[in-house]
Amino acid sequence: MKRRTFLASTAAVTAPAVHSPLRAQSRNETLLIVSESGPNNLDIHGIGTNVPGYEVSWNCYDRLITHGMKKTAEGTPYYDRDKIIPELAEDMVVGDMSATFKLRRDATFQDGSPVTAKDVKWSLDRAVSVGGFPTFQMKAGSLEKPEQFVVVDDHTVRVDFIRKDRLTIPDLAVIVPCVVNSGLVQKNATAADPWGLEYTKQNTAGSGAYKVTKWTPGTEVILERNDAWKGGAMPKIRRIIWRMVPSSGNRRALLQRGDADISYDLPSKDFAEMKAAGKLTLVSTPYSNGIQYIGMNVTKPPFDNPKVREAVAYAIPYDKIMEVVLFGLGKPMFGKTGGATEVAWPQPSPFKTDLAKAKALLTEAGYPDGFETNLSFDLGFADVNEPICVLTQESLGKIGIKATLNKIPGSNWRTELNKKVLPIYTNVFSGWLDYPEYFFFWCYHGQNAVFNTMSYKSPEMDSLIDGARMSAATGDMATYDRSVRGFVDLAFKDIPRIPLYQPYVNVAMQPNITGYQYWFHRRLDYRSLAKG
Amino acid sequence: MKALRPIGRRMATALPSVVGVIIVTFLLTRVLPGDTAAYFAGPAATPTAIAEIKARLGLDQSLPVQFIRYVGDLVRGDFGSSLTTGQPVLSDITARLPASAELVLVALVLAVSIAVPLGIIAALKERSFIDHACRVVATAGVSLPVFFTGLLLVYVFYYILGWSPSPLGRLDVFATTPPTITGFYLIDTLLTGDLEGFHGTVAQLALPAATLAIFALAPIARMTRGSMLAVLESDFVRTARAAGLPPTTVVLTYAFRNAVLPVITTLGMVFSFLLGASVLVEKVFAWPGIGSYAVEALIASDYAPVQGFVLVMAVLYLLLNLCIDILYGLIDPRVRIDA
Repeated sequence: MKRRTFLASTAAVTAPAVHSPLRAQSRNETLLIVSESGPNNLDIHGIGTNVPGYEVSWNCYDRLITHGMKKTAEGTPYYDRDKIIPELAEDMVVGDMSATFKLRRDATFQDGSPVTAKDVKWSLDRAVSVGGFPTFQMKAGSLEKPEQFVVVDDHTVRVDFIRKDRLTIPDLAVIVPCVVNSGLVQKNATAADPWGLEYTKQNTAGSGAYKVTKWTPGTEVILERNDAWKGGAMPKIRRIIWRMVPSSGNRRALLQRGDADISYDLPSKDFAEMKAAGKLTLVSTPYSNGIQYIGMNVTKPPFDNPKVREAVAYAIPYDKIMEVVLFGLGKPMFGKTGGATEVAWPQPSPFKTDLAKAKALLTEAGYPDGFETNLSFDLGFADVNEPICVLTQESLGKIGIKATLNKIPGSNWRTELNKKVLPIYTNVFSGWLDYPEYFFFWCYHGQNAVFNTMSYKSPEMDSLIDGARMSAATGDMATYDRSVRGFVDLAFKDIPRIPLYQPYVNVAMQPNITGYQYWFHRRLDYRSLAKG
Repeated sequence: MKALRPIGRRMATALPSVVGVIIVTFLLTRVLPGDTAAYFAGPAATPTAIAEIKARLGLDQSLPVQFIRYVGDLVRGDFGSSLTTGQPVLSDITARLPASAELVLVALVLAVSIAVPLGIIAALKERSFIDHACRVVATAGVSLPVFFTGLLLVYVFYYILGWSPSPLGRLDVFATTPPTITGFYLIDTLLTGDLEGFHGTVAQLALPAATLAIFALAPIARMTRGSMLAVLESDFVRTARAAGLPPTTVVLTYAFRNAVLPVITTLGMVFSFLLGASVLVEKVFAWPGIGSYAVEALIASDYAPVQGFVLVMAVLYLLLNLCIDILYGLIDPRVRIDA
């Protein structure tokens, strides 16, 4: 036996007995993440996969393409909407009505089999076929039919466009169009479950940087690094332990005691206090393309009257909400004074709290004594929604609008909201794809999608939104800019929904953790994180 | 065999209760507000997407059809699947029940070992300092909500003093799970000779068990005291004392044995309370137990786990009551279970 191999083997034998140094070492390559809830499915294509499940998918699967990084004004790395970089593809050629992707030849799935064009087609077919959220998200980029995905050769895939759409390429970089090991999954599929959703629910079958090695639902997820990953630079963290800690007080205690490395769903109050204490690294980034708003049902009196809606917009206690509810952890979307409308979304509305003006508008609208209504909110996010509504209720009371709070349990919120009968409510909307026309198409267009919670319909608005979509696809930027300014102005004039603020993603980390990146999906990307 | 017959008969009387529980929980989960499909379809769901999920879950069928399907599945041992965890309910429950049971049993043992002696002493020295102390401890324990006691203990023993390990469930993050033999980590670690694991388990258990025990002290201590007081004043104790028997024999052998029946009844009730109270304690200590599981499912209108939970709990209570009845017979031969 050679000396070196002998030493190595004895080290391997004795190592488990020496507990503390081994632990210390593994601790340095291990990240302990604590969050309120965990995944219910490891595959984003599954039925009803929750948001924590998206985080698993993002880190365990690769896409053809992804985004590069830029930096925010505060220096936080932030995904660059306009910079598409290859992940599984090594080359992308976008033609007039199709895009061709050449796959990396060295990429393998976690079971060692090569990633081929067949896998890519199968995965994209799967995303547009399984129904529910994944299919909906693919449609948002005009990716609707399996025939659009063509295998050219073993390492080349072509995506045909069914119409010109600026969002097609970005939509191939979101979480949903992930590439799944089709051979492995098909082996585990059944006649009743041709896409093998039951298998991928419990197992990760991708080529991504991490794989789930243990999952105890509701308790913990353990991910190990895939050392054969080819989609980017090798991640620093070998092991991720993600524990579910329901009590936010304990999550904070774990962070402050230095036991947990990262937590990111803490109440604003805790977050603001920890920021003031200055012992941890705290990063706040506004949601891309997301707004907390007050919506009003425009089909029924009294909110069918634009004057009433304007009156409400002047009666919202904006500053108080920012201060008392958010502890400043939000980007105000109100009180814009002067300046031209920008070609951007979200942007602040011209409204500010002005009760005298609100009262005058209400009188003008024919409600000098106000009226009674129900102000609804989702109890699932009560820590933000309830104080917003209580403050709004108090302020509306001052102009004679008597609002009763209607608390709707989280499990029932979607159902109630989608009925589109709630007179006035608060809610949040955010889109993965950060384009103004995308937000407006879902929230303000007369197609009356589920996100147009106000049932707002205006032919002028529709033509502006359609104009923006069309001109973006053909690259007519002058018309595009004019249309975007037009629909933003109209949204503030008709004011069917009152923007409050852009919420923040608040992430708290130990000072020795580096490499946090903000992504459109707002979950953690483990691949860039490092410790020590 | 003859001795077992009353037990069998007692079990048979429990059957209608189980049937009732099945029907009631099925109906209750259906009348709850909330739409499972809409919840799990997520914020981006179109009405078609919701309808698709509904159809896949069988929720588009009429209530009687759903019920027949549910009972049919139950008979085959299929409790359905949880949408919150994505797993079959039965495997979730079998994985989580030992965690809750271990916590509650340790808490109960802890509470009994403090409350019973405390109650006896308080009865022996009525109106003394110790009697008042007993009253104060018991009242305080029962008046503090468990989640508050839990958070307070975490704050003091973990956050301030750093004596206790991080409140992250049954094991330290870097510890390996002992092989599942009974599912009780205290027993499993000992059986496999894993002393480090045993210490770790005890350390993790200490705070949550103490939280529950504080809550359980009051009824046990008060019942012991009250029952002992009544027995101590009875004729046979006076006779025993007059006959010059040693005080320990009088108190423990004669008085306590006679006073223990109501205490046992209380224990049964306390055990059920603790299973309920453990829901909150499990939340505070991230304990992977059955209570937090049921609550999460309830919040999401996830029917199958809630039904499974109630059913398992109902069966547990029935078994518990049976055990207590049998225990009565052993302690006091005058009591017969078939009586």
